[in-house]
Amino acid sequence: MSSDVSEGGDPADAGPDDGGADGPSRAELQAQVTALQERVEELESGVVADDADGGKRMTIIATKGTLDMAYPPLILASTAAAFGWDVTVFHTFWGLEILHEERSKELQLSSVGNPNTPMPNLVAALPGMDRLTTELMNRQIDEVGTPTIAELVDTCLEMGVDLQACQMTADMMDYDEAEFYDEVTTGVGAASALSEMADADIQLLV
Amino acid sequence: MSTEYDIAETLDVKGLSCPMPVVETKQAIDTLDADEVLEVVATDRGSMSDIAGWADTTAGVELLDQSDEGDVFRHVVRKTA
Repeated sequence: MSSDVSEGGDPADAGPDDGGADGPSRAELQAQVTALQERVEELESGVVADDADGGKRMTIIATKGTLDMAYPPLILASTAAAFGWDVTVFHTFWGLEILHEERSKELQLSSVGNPNTPMPNLVAALPGMDRLTTELMNRQIDEVGTPTIAELVDTCLEMGVDLQACQMTADMMDYDEAEFYDEVTTGVGAASALSEMADADIQLLV
Repeated sequence: MSTEYDIAETLDVKGLSCPMPVVETKQAIDTLDADEVLEVVATDRGSMSDIAGWADTTAGVELLDQSDEGDVFRHVVRKTA
């Protein structure tokens, strides 16, 4: 390492080379220290600037459209926005149901294969059971004062969360842009989601 | 805690649960001027750690006081910038 450093230095600034010593000269060391100090100051100012505006960026990929799974991305997104973070939620596949203004108000819970519902699968598979468990969950949600999915979507948009609808899955499900909430970003795909994730401090798949 | 402060505004989020106490606290703080103090009253037990965590992580706010008054949780937050 020391020989690399001395080769890179400017001999004019290097001062007298004391007869075959291969270490860097005092002037070279001084230059390195100055460069390092400048770099540290640059990095520190970046950190301070980050802190000042809340700094962090979060990207969530929302892929589920059942009533229970629609909540986590929206709760995290609205809370992160309250922290002053820059938040993007990229909705794909069934996650699009959350952005579909009409369908977001009718999200259902699945009773079958859900060990948290208080009924065996055989009963859960009967017609009307999803409607019943959904009704029960909606009643619970109302009782504890948790907002509805539609209210959370509105809150997120109000707080500047970028809610994005994946173009490919929107086309696949034959959804029209006009069916989404007004401020939803459309015309985005996997590449833009990845580029958001690359810049984010926190990336989540829900 | 016995910090001295004048409360500029009181936000009532009684009956609301996660994430609304934090979300509405942030929205109320945004309407205040620097150095003004917001009082938040909530019934959500989770608001004790949520508001503390929010204030700790968010730039421009400082948690001055928190108290558990049985069924009501009281939080006092100063807007610092």
